[in-house]
Amino acid sequence: MVQVLVFLLLFAVAVFLFARQARQIRRNILLGRDANLTDHPGQRWRNVLLLALGQKKMFRKPLVAVLHLFVYTGFILINLEILEIVLDGLLGKHRLFVPLLGRLYPWLIGAFEVLAVLVIVGCAAFLLRRNVKKIPRLRSHDLDGWPRSDANTILITEIVLMTLFLTMNTADQVLQTRGLEHYAATGNFLVSGNFTAIFEGLSTGLLVAIERSAWWLHIIGVLAFLNYLPYSKHLHIILAFPNAYYADLNPKGTMENMPSVQHEVQLMMDPSLAAAAPAGDATPPKFGAKDVFDLTWKNLLDAYSCTECGRCSAACPANITGKKLSPRKIMMDTRDRLVAVGKNIHQHGSFQDDGKSLLRDYISEEALRACTTCNACVQECPVSINPLHIISQLRRHLVMEESSAPAEWNGMFSNIENNMAPWKFSPDDRDAWIHG
Amino acid sequence: MQIKTMAEYMANGETPEVLFWVGCAGSFDQRAQKITRAFASILDKLSISFAILGKEESCTGDPARRAGNEFLFQMMAYNNIQVLNGYGVKKIVTACPHCFNTLKNEYPPLGGHYEVIHHATYLQQLLDAGRIKMKEAGDFKGKKITYHDSCYLGRANNIYEAPRQVLQLLDAELIEMKRCRSNGLCCGAGGAQMFKEEEKGSTRINFARGAEAVATGASVIASNCPFCMTMLTDGVKEQGQEDSVKVLDIAELIAQDMA
Repeated sequence: MVQVLVFLLLFAVAVFLFARQARQIRRNILLGRDANLTDHPGQRWRNVLLLALGQKKMFRKPLVAVLHLFVYTGFILINLEILEIVLDGLLGKHRLFVPLLGRLYPWLIGAFEVLAVLVIVGCAAFLLRRNVKKIPRLRSHDLDGWPRSDANTILITEIVLMTLFLTMNTADQVLQTRGLEHYAATGNFLVSGNFTAIFEGLSTGLLVAIERSAWWLHIIGVLAFLNYLPYSKHLHIILAFPNAYYADLNPKGTMENMPSVQHEVQLMMDPSLAAAAPAGDATPPKFGAKDVFDLTWKNLLDAYSCTECGRCSAACPANITGKKLSPRKIMMDTRDRLVAVGKNIHQHGSFQDDGKSLLRDYISEEALRACTTCNACVQECPVSINPLHIISQLRRHLVMEESSAPAEWNGMFSNIENNMAPWKFSPDDRDAWIHG
Repeated sequence: MQIKTMAEYMANGETPEVLFWVGCAGSFDQRAQKITRAFASILDKLSISFAILGKEESCTGDPARRAGNEFLFQMMAYNNIQVLNGYGVKKIVTACPHCFNTLKNEYPPLGGHYEVIHHATYLQQLLDAGRIKMKEAGDFKGKKITYHDSCYLGRANNIYEAPRQVLQLLDAELIEMKRCRSNGLCCGAGGAQMFKEEEKGSTRINFARGAEAVATGASVIASNCPFCMTMLTDGVKEQGQEDSVKVLDIAELIAQDMA
């Protein structure tokens, strides 16, 4: 009974804390400006199935994709076993599903155990890739500090959780032979059934202690991990799904239109429209983005969905050639700024100016200038993140709000305006090529 | 070669089959002018009635928009759409992937609705219709050619096969670079980079791409974009290979080997 109460308390606290974190993340994401991304639901669901559930883009690197698939399916499917563990905990039962599933039960647990082993293999391989093999995108300075330890924490935690799960089952299998009423016979489990020899020599009391400790540590670990997610890059396991759904469906070359500017130019070009136009808003629109509030909510969802894998930066021509731009860093900086803004709101009730902004305090002008808008980052991202959209909005702010552009660009602008071409040629010579 | 403007067609009460949008690079850049002439010569040879806008054409606004100057983009778009709609233009072909992308994807929300085709796709359509006949023994027969995917044709608009199918016509050996199709490495010119100095780094993007292209051992780098043309030509020079490796647009390759 005491165990049930303790479990209930732990479970309730974990769920409460997670729900509070989730609400804060939702509030932070909704700080972004509106964007209508609900058209063509059929194609959007298709993206969820192919890109999020099917991990289509991961398979651009097949070996890593298979390892990732191990960890991912293990993680998703073992949640079914966690359902039993939670119900056991809440009801004070042991292996509640045994009578319900009968002979299917050991097969099911066996399958989970195989997945657990695959998760361990995958995570071990990932630890090696991150810490031993010299893979540039995983060695990058982008990840210095917390991001690097975050990645390792996740992998080690998953290995520990899976090991606890297997230990618990092994002890359970031995206890089933000791004729205790509590440990009802289930039949042989596929993986742990082979390791019972390790525990055969131990006393029943010690075995119960091992089984119970593994059970408790496993579920406490799971609940703790649940509450680690909101702070971690690992949040992608949840947000990859909505992020795939809300991904832009236009051809990648399409830049977002700015209806406010379009309207103003129309009025300027055709003054007759001005008479018919309704009186404008008192507040002039802002052009482009300076801070997270000016980005769309999808940009902010992108930031929380990023798992910092760095495929974007490894494909970025500017990054490859040593420029300051790293699309991954754009996403990490956006999340960092958004988290800081969220804390600010939490402290003061509403956002109080902290003298900082995403532009410059987090993302430098030099990085923004280096982008060739080649869409390699957008193409590569396995979870449908679009760093280019953020870059182009920040560039719009620089040019339209601050008139900040390299001198050559200002020259190009005036050439386009006066000569109808980015170079200073006479418009009269536009057809001179015919006679070349 | 007789090239008529939209205004001339209209004055004669005629409508051309297609408008050839030349673009700023194709109009003014000396190297790109050759691409323009090569593509026009193909159209001319096949007796396709086409028009240009001539002096009425303006920059689409692409570099301004990508640099962040939306006002200038909207002004250019407004004027171009006025001109195009004024002539009742239905179909546009262009040899510039940046113009192609802007006309096709960014003018429709502003009131400019046209069927826009990049010249790689246009050539592929002519090829499929059996209209292009090649020489028995063309200059590029058996030669090694590598194809550079421009970002605005490739990733931006998912056109990877049309230019490759057109290159098949040359009966050459097509070698792919390691980074090709959706993995293709940018030449470094997009996003208005063409019009400014690169930021500080370990190398230039076009040097990196030039090295990749030269490493294939191809004697021809086929491109489909006047900006890629400039960047790759410099990249090949940096490798000291300008005498043995030529950068040519697919229109130039086809024009040269056409019967």
